[in-house]
Amino acid sequence: MNASSFGRSLAVTMTSALFGLIFGLGLIVSHMVDPQRVTDFLDIAGTWNPALAFVMGGAIVVAAPAFAYTRRHRGSVLSGTVELPDRFRISARLVVGAALFGIGWGISGICPGPGLTLLTSFEPRALVFIAALAAGIRITDLATAAKPADQEDLATVPYPAD
Amino acid sequence: MEIFITAATGGAFIGLAAAGMLLVNGSIAGVSGIFGNALAGRPGLWRWSFLAGLIAAPLVAPLAKIDVPTPHHQAGLVTLAVAGLLVGIGTRLSGGCTSGHGVCGLSNLSPRSLVATGTFMFVAALTVYAVRHLGLPVRF
Repeated sequence: MNASSFGRSLAVTMTSALFGLIFGLGLIVSHMVDPQRVTDFLDIAGTWNPALAFVMGGAIVVAAPAFAYTRRHRGSVLSGTVELPDRFRISARLVVGAALFGIGWGISGICPGPGLTLLTSFEPRALVFIAALAAGIRITDLATAAKPADQEDLATVPYPAD
Repeated sequence: MEIFITAATGGAFIGLAAAGMLLVNGSIAGVSGIFGNALAGRPGLWRWSFLAGLIAAPLVAPLAKIDVPTPHHQAGLVTLAVAGLLVGIGTRLSGGCTSGHGVCGLSNLSPRSLVATGTFMFVAALTVYAVRHLGLPVRF
């Protein structure tokens, strides 16, 4: 690694920490880190609280122009060319995975971002959730890599949302 | 009314982080993807630093005069272990979570992410219905 690529990866590491922090502050300001606020949003037949739709809406309004720009120009300041994830491949794997995620999210009120941010609430609950999340991710990676022939679309999946 | 303003403001922070990760670093701010690929040992210290920033946010928030809400949990430890497993398996199979598909994918006008987001929102709403109105036990 030469000096300039070291400098670039240091800059990527530092800016990622900053963006992670801003992301976490967004989860706090919007109360996504309170599982009850999340399940209130999901409880359409009961105490439905539409506020969380404004979280996603607010995020998309800000992020969409950045994605539109990147689709056109395919570049980034520090990492050069950007390959955006496939937008059109809809598979059984996508739908089944999203449904399993929905069940887990519904029983807990926690998705991965808020789960990680909750770690610094220093409650055992957050730790148990994140340990199980890590286990679920690793099990899936190991299981799907072991038998690529069963699901041929796996071979073309680069890496999820990365 | 205030609740909608804070929700949209928090959302704008999240969108700013997603836009910054894309424009500056050329990466997708999808938390399950970043966390999973960090665990898989892919090279790139940036994943760990992004996660560190995310986890440190509640410690930094008071310095910026931002109140950190108290989390109210409906689920007990066993339920949370099951939930974590399901969220891990599900997001890894579908290639994203609320941030990767919900925020980044929809911002990228992706039909794939629209299907994923619609599916997990719908199933999560059904699940909450089962918990709150049909008595599916989650307190253990």
